[in-house]
Amino acid sequence: MSEAAPGLTVDSVTGIDVSLPVAGPGARAYAFLVDWHIRVILALGWFVCGALFYNGRFNVTPPLISDARWFGAVVAPALTIYFLYHHAVELAMRGSTPGKRMAGVRIVARDGGAPSAGALLTRNVFRLVDSLPLCYGVGLITVVLTRDNLRIGDMAAGTLLVFEQAEARLPTPAGDAHRAGRLDAAGAEIVAELLERWSALQPEARVRLARQVLARYGSESGESGDDEAAWRTRLERLARPR
Amino acid sequence: MNGSARQRALTVSLLQRADLWRQADRRARRLARGRGDDAADATRLADDYRLLAHDLARVRVLMPDSRTREFLEAAYARAHATLHHGAWRIGSAVLTLLREELPAVVRWLSPYILWSTAIFALAVIGGYALVWRYPELIALFASPDLIASVERGQLWTEGLLNIVPSSVLSVQILANNIVVSLFAYCAGFLFGLGTLYILGLNGLMLGAVFAFVSLHGLRAQLLAFIVAHGCVELSVMCLSGAAGAAVGEALIRPAQAGRIESFRVAALRSGKLLFACALLLVGSGMLEGYVSPNPRFALWARVAIGVSYWLVMIALLSGWLFGRRARRALP
Repeated sequence: MSEAAPGLTVDSVTGIDVSLPVAGPGARAYAFLVDWHIRVILALGWFVCGALFYNGRFNVTPPLISDARWFGAVVAPALTIYFLYHHAVELAMRGSTPGKRMAGVRIVARDGGAPSAGALLTRNVFRLVDSLPLCYGVGLITVVLTRDNLRIGDMAAGTLLVFEQAEARLPTPAGDAHRAGRLDAAGAEIVAELLERWSALQPEARVRLARQVLARYGSESGESGDDEAAWRTRLERLARPR
Repeated sequence: MNGSARQRALTVSLLQRADLWRQADRRARRLARGRGDDAADATRLADDYRLLAHDLARVRVLMPDSRTREFLEAAYARAHATLHHGAWRIGSAVLTLLREELPAVVRWLSPYILWSTAIFALAVIGGYALVWRYPELIALFASPDLIASVERGQLWTEGLLNIVPSSVLSVQILANNIVVSLFAYCAGFLFGLGTLYILGLNGLMLGAVFAFVSLHGLRAQLLAFIVAHGCVELSVMCLSGAAGAAVGEALIRPAQAGRIESFRVAALRSGKLLFACALLLVGSGMLEGYVSPNPRFALWARVAIGVSYWLVMIALLSGWLFGRRARRALP
């Protein structure tokens, strides 16, 4: 496992605390960039489609004199999508957005639960300050300087951004080899993980890692050379119950 | 049985529960997404929560650096969040806000409202006195177009509807006013100085423009223009200034455990007033787009509209507009 990230620890009624790794500036920036692209595409999409309908031909130029229909049907909705994207989407998705999902983060209250609607709105109102002077300068500085990587909106709303760990999975056959008594729990996980990632690894890396694992866990002797299939078979045999 | 064998046996028995963990995680994910009302499902989630807590405690000791622990930490956090999030009823939350919470916030903010109103009024008087005495200083507060128009003996608002339709004008004005109001609140983060700046600047501008139009004999026309929407718009400016001042004071003189905690409590509490401010600014934006620039509205009608809307604002802030329940006396 990688070095532990700074985390939020929440007391629980069970007596076992809940541990949530806090997302840093990188994950935040990634989520923001994805969301920014989504809202730009949505707003531009609305503007272009609306303008085409309004003009009735392949032309998106605005009318020469100010027109309520143009403003109400084309400009205002596009601006609303752009400026209220975070407010609306975070309320609808209870503290998440498509960008946050892609970055594997979500907003939580300080008790580890979902934030209230008021907290989400307050958090987003403070974007006015966080986005100053440009490119979220104030927000970025406070995220870097604070212990829990908070921007001012998070401080005001009592929220923070944590990694969702949606991808955390149990290694499928981990239990089998362990039950059979040949591997300890860590060894069983390593073998399972290596088999899972087999196809994604370079051929030399597959052989090298398989050789190291089998040497460490005292598998039955026998050199398989550079035959990848043979190494894989030996790993599978190690992971299977007898 | 020696220690190592005992540990191995415990680990084996733990890993045999992997299917239960997966089921618990699936249930927590499903219930977090949906709006299920199955009581049995909710009870099972509580059981899952206890199971995950128990097993996580053991895994933290037996397999501290394993993916099994990573999975259980995530599943436990998910079950915790799912079990602890409150009901998400936007409608009833908004009604409670308007009926109960808003009047309480206004009561709490009343000293700040008085102070911000006083600061705003002083700035208006200051701006008026400054431009009345030194008319050339109007260039600091108003645009060249506005100055040229007044010097021609004409308000810049005349014929406004010939250029921009009412609906467009309303939306532009209300969006601008809401942003200014939100800025006055957020700028409280600068220890209240930002709020003071916004209140002061807006007050100075208003006073200066009034003095300038008075010098050119247009005061009555300007009053007629702003009376319909201005009563509420200027009050909202003071209200959002009060919310910002409360945020600023929470940072200067923290009442709670720490500065950040105090800031959080003040921001969340006073932020509720901003919701009402935004609603009120939508109404005054409409008035400014449809009524104020329209010459067909007589002065008495404008005054009646302005005063009525101001009374609506008072009713909203005191909770009466949405049927606030009378407080029961404590036994």
